[in-house]
Amino acid sequence: MFQKWPDKRGFFGNWGGKFAPETVQCALSQLERAYKEAKADPAFARELERELENYVGRETPLYFAPNLTAHFGGAKIYLKREDLNHTGAHKINNALGQALLAKRMGKKRLLAETGAGQHGVAVATVAAKLKMECTIFMGQEDIRRQSLNVYRMRLLGARVEPVNIGSCTLKEATGQAIRQWVSQVRDTHYVIGSAVGPHPYPMLVRDLQAVIGREAKKQILSQAGRLPDFLVAAVGGGSNAIGLFYPFLDDSQVAMVGVEAGGRGEKAGEHAATMSRGRPGVLHGAYSLLLQDEEGQIAATHSISAGLDYPGVGPEHSALSECGRVRYEAVSDNEALAAFHLLSESEGIIPALESSHALAYAEKLAPTLSEKSIIIVNLSGRGDKDVESIALREGGGL
Amino acid sequence: MRIAHAFKSRPALMPFIMAGDPSLAVTEEIIVKLEEAGADLIELGVPHTDPLADGPINQAAAQRALAGGTNLEGILKLVARLRKRGVQIPILLLSYLNPLLAFGKDLLERGKASGIDGLIIPDLPPQEHRWFAKGGELPLISFVAPTTEQVRQREIASSARGFLYCVSSTGVTGPKGELSQELEEFLKGLREVSRVPRVVGFGIANAEQAAQVGRMAEGVIVGSALVEILFQEGVERGLEFVRELREAL
Repeated sequence: MFQKWPDKRGFFGNWGGKFAPETVQCALSQLERAYKEAKADPAFARELERELENYVGRETPLYFAPNLTAHFGGAKIYLKREDLNHTGAHKINNALGQALLAKRMGKKRLLAETGAGQHGVAVATVAAKLKMECTIFMGQEDIRRQSLNVYRMRLLGARVEPVNIGSCTLKEATGQAIRQWVSQVRDTHYVIGSAVGPHPYPMLVRDLQAVIGREAKKQILSQAGRLPDFLVAAVGGGSNAIGLFYPFLDDSQVAMVGVEAGGRGEKAGEHAATMSRGRPGVLHGAYSLLLQDEEGQIAATHSISAGLDYPGVGPEHSALSECGRVRYEAVSDNEALAAFHLLSESEGIIPALESSHALAYAEKLAPTLSEKSIIIVNLSGRGDKDVESIALREGGGL
Repeated sequence: MRIAHAFKSRPALMPFIMAGDPSLAVTEEIIVKLEEAGADLIELGVPHTDPLADGPINQAAAQRALAGGTNLEGILKLVARLRKRGVQIPILLLSYLNPLLAFGKDLLERGKASGIDGLIIPDLPPQEHRWFAKGGELPLISFVAPTTEQVRQREIASSARGFLYCVSSTGVTGPKGELSQELEEFLKGLREVSRVPRVVGFGIANAEQAAQVGRMAEGVIVGSALVEILFQEGVERGLEFVRELREAL
């Protein structure tokens, strides 16, 4: 079933679709065709693989974390080290693939939205490398809390456009990027940063991120001689999670947990727990679970982690939840923050706040399992970008 | 059918306003007077937090309407009141999908009963009309854009109901200065394949542009420019603007 998703209309079971203005339908169809051709062209696969190896630094290690395992007291914890990618997160797997595709399609310019700034930095990076113009849309609130990444994007030659609408975070940046794309759709490719948006984006992003799961599978088989019992990954839009999960979906003995942002409370506006508390709806081109009010207006969200601070989720996650293949759990800001410190002190690895959510859930899960069990946690990004805002939050600043 | 009657010998004028900006009571008065001022159809906006195809003017109008508590239930009641007051011209709702989905299954029946003549849903592509609504209680208006591929243009135009919403240019709603050079060619191509009137919207901001488009199509939509005048200069000036448009057409 999972290998057949999405169908021709872009649906994963009941979820997904192409719910975008007519002005971008042609660009979506064009992208779909170009991707199909590229996929069938061994030269494209070779180029992508070569760049992933030599420029991004893949494959990333699968690291057995002995101290964290001992601390949790239960299942063995393995970390898939996406934080060791060039630019510090899994985002570049997708950005590089899409940029190579855009180049192949003859597009001159890249547009992207960014929340935590990791995707923005990744797109700015590949744009510099491939000599393409680049504009990144970023909410004013995120510009404030991720100032290091804003500066990195500018160093890389990208234009960072502040978005001052609504909550001034990822949702508004995405909306604004799509609006801008609509007006220059002929020579511009929109590099969506997560497994969200209208078809073919959720499929394209999943396929480009699935390198995470393919490597992890090979690595765990070689290191432990068997498949893991659990995969755990943070879910905002859900690209790092689907990237890890996808190659394991048909391995029914492997359980999977997507971890979303429980924020600081259960009330609307205090969290970004779309899978746990959302209802079906359409945002940014896809029918998926969505945090919204009774009247279909999109809800405000909160998360300590800018990358998870989004009211929607990729449609494939809604489908995987509906059929019960993946379970979704929320952890709070404070739990994520504790995990951030824990990994830094116990293993000498400073994780991104997004990834800290996955770690915080692993902390709850591991002690309930035997010492023979294996959990792979996707360490989707490094935490340098979060250091300043955490220092401020905890008093004193840098 | 009210929509078909709205297209007579002269080009039809379809003003867009945002319901509930600044209140539903004011919207009601504006629509009554728009009919008197020469509007042939009304495109009535349902406010949404995340209007993907709209520029800053309509985004701000939606924010104001939402801040005042406007919702779809209230808008349907407003249309029912307008019909009671004798407003005859077609009223179509412009809404993004999500508020419609949230309203629930009886939307089409309730809409029709209230006196709505059709739905314009920018983020619902024609190939998914049936995903949204199996029955044909209310026409769902189809969009075509200059970027729409030829084959698709023909498919959409030949199956369109009510009228064909022709997007004048790439981009979002809102004034853009010059009309695009390729507009005439685009509209010519559609005339041959469309069974229904072609109505042009996006970026038509003054009487001169309306007249220009009126020579190429069966109808003209003026949205953001009117929304902005109503907001900045008040209802009277807004109505005067609509009369200017009517005269120019």
